[in-house]
Amino acid sequence: MKVLVPVKRVIDYNVKVRVKADGSGVDLANVKMSMNPFDEIAVEEAIRLKEAGKAEEVIAVSIGVKQAQETLRTALAMGADRAILVVAADDVHTDIEPLAVAKILKAVIDEEQPGLVLCGKQAIDNDMNATGQMLSALLGWSQATFASKLDIEGDHALVTREVDGGLQTIKVKMPTIVSVDLRLNEPRYASLPNIMKAKKKPLDEKTAADYGVDVTPRLEIVKTEEPPARAAGI
Amino acid sequence: MAVLLIAEVTNGELAMDATAKALTAAKALGDVTVLAAGAHAASAGEAAAKLDGVAKVLVAEDASLGHRLAEATAALIAGLADDYEHIVAPATTDAKNVMPRVAALLDVMVISDVSGVVDGSTFERPIYAGNAVQTVKSSDAKKVVTIRTSTFDAAGEGGAASVDTVPVGDNPGLSEWVEDKVAESDRPELTSAGVVVSGGRGVGSEEDFHLIEKLADKLGAAVGASRAAVDSGYAPNDWQVGQTGKVVAPDLYIAVGISGAIQHLAGMKDSKVIVAINKDEEAPIFQVADYGLVADLFTAVPELTEKLD
Ligand SMILES: Cc1cc2nc3c(=O)[nH]c(=O)nc-3n(C[C@H](O)[C@H](O)[C@H](O)COP(=O)(O)OP(=O)(O)OC[C@H]3O[C@@H](n4cnc5c(N)ncnc54)[C@H](O)[C@@H]3O)c2cc1C
Ligand SMILES: Cc1cc2nc3c(=O)[nH]c(=O)nc-3n(C[C@H](O)[C@H](O)[C@H](O)COP(=O)(O)OP(=O)(O)OC[C@H]3O[C@@H](n4cnc5c(N)ncnc54)[C@H](O)[C@@H]3O)c2cc1C
Repeated sequence: MKVLVPVKRVIDYNVKVRVKADGSGVDLANVKMSMNPFDEIAVEEAIRLKEAGKAEEVIAVSIGVKQAQETLRTALAMGADRAILVVAADDVHTDIEPLAVAKILKAVIDEEQPGLVLCGKQAIDNDMNATGQMLSALLGWSQATFASKLDIEGDHALVTREVDGGLQTIKVKMPTIVSVDLRLNEPRYASLPNIMKAKKKPLDEKTAADYGVDVTPRLEIVKTEEPPARAAGI
Repeated sequence: MAVLLIAEVTNGELAMDATAKALTAAKALGDVTVLAAGAHAASAGEAAAKLDGVAKVLVAEDASLGHRLAEATAALIAGLADDYEHIVAPATTDAKNVMPRVAALLDVMVISDVSGVVDGSTFERPIYAGNAVQTVKSSDAKKVVTIRTSTFDAAGEGGAASVDTVPVGDNPGLSEWVEDKVAESDRPELTSAGVVVSGGRGVGSEEDFHLIEKLADKLGAAVGASRAAVDSGYAPNDWQVGQTGKVVAPDLYIAVGISGAIQHLAGMKDSKVIVAINKDEEAPIFQVADYGLVADLFTAVPELTEKLD
């Protein structure tokens, strides 16, 4: 079984976000970017499945600007086997909406035929929490969101999900899409030798047009503002 | 313009607070029809019909809709979508599971966690853990929206809407429910409680978390936790407050042994009054707190609990 892991390049979670004074968005020039923390957990889970003999190949995919190459190299250094970069924007301030991301991922999946997709439950920049569910709808596959435990048993998977009231366990038919929550595992750090090795692993570069997907946004950003400040003390 | 509001149904009953708050947002968009779906949903439908401003209620009952399994529920909602311009739900984990799937079936974007309705196609939503608020305008023919309930007041009762049943399609058979592990508690529900007492890593152990729970029970409060407290096993996951946990806005929020990381603040900074107890006077939580107590929680919390007698 192949496992596909979509990874997103986002502002590092330690960086204090600065909203641009003209309301046009958040300043992303010259700030530290990293792999979305949830996606690190997804990559880790995929590698563990491979180490346990339940997966043969782990493919990381990122959609966005050319710089997302770095994010894919991180996934390769952690242990993914190969990577696919789908360039869909030139400006680092352009973000691709979950619906378009899901359409591109569907096209990649039609070619690669993975048995499992492991994605993050939300990207910490836009907090949309949507891509996995949308992809699952487009494929007509089962979905298991907010996973804190995953067991694959033949043609189905048992997934424990973090829900409002506590935990829910469901059984989903394979192939499936699992979106991962923070407590699924503790992602590893890439070692220096693995970082070196990752430079030689295959990284294919494609464009959104190669897959015939229109990435024109459906949501126009009217403005982006600072939230009302909260004054401490009474 | 017609709005389909997806009621939050838990074990056959209407989750009143979440549904009534999302209703307030939905009413601003047009005439509201409520859909109550589940293995058992009739009594939830009856309860929804009494909410003020509901024009009509639809009840869909089928085993495949039990536990809000995403595939069957999304197919049902997408099948009803023709008659509505907006499909709205409170941003619970159930709705976050189902609504993006509905949107993709309709080939439209989902608009998650909306904190303000500007007009029928323009919405405000927090991004970057609430460090920015984005206003987005949808060009889609249908808008699929989840509502951040902590920013809307609950609609009142006094309605008398008609209740119809709707047919349910074939079960796609992609997933089945196995079990729920839900903690039983007499405490108020975290997202709707008037008072929340939260503990962080500073509390130090599961045993000592009882200090937090005792104080909460004295105040009739819900109990919350930071992610560090949950990850360390002091508190269950559904108590987590923050960017990736629950968003709360009670009248009073007491943070005990919590440093105040932005991911935690994202879940509680809209509380009306914030009290922080932390032994480190430099802790960032004091920057948002209305009342700060620099003290060891192991003396301050028992003392406070006792004084409340
Ligand atoms: C600076 C900036 C500018 C923007 N400009 C616009 C604009 O002009 N027009 C507009 O309509 N919207 C714009 N947006 C908003 C943006 O398009 C959507 O709100 C955003 O895509 C929401 O998705 P998410 O990243 O939160 O995905 P989620 O659904 O929260 O992500 C969940 C998971 O899906 C996977 N995933 C998501 N995205 C990718 C990806 N690109 N590659 C690989 N895997 C992925 C990952 O596994 C991730 O963990 C902008 C946002 C920003 C920050
Ligand atoms: C992607 C992502 C998502 C996240 N989502 C969330 C989220 O939803 N919610 C969340 O809470 N966090 C979240 N976090 C984690 C967050 O960044 C912090 O790590 C976490 O909030 C820290 O919890 P804490 O304040 O309890 O622990 P710490 O930061 O360790 O703080 C403990 C505090 O207790 C004080 N203390 C210690 N002993 C005592 C004593 N005896 N008396 C009084 N005070 C004492 C200390 O001074 C300190 O300030 C997320 C992180 C990431 C990367």
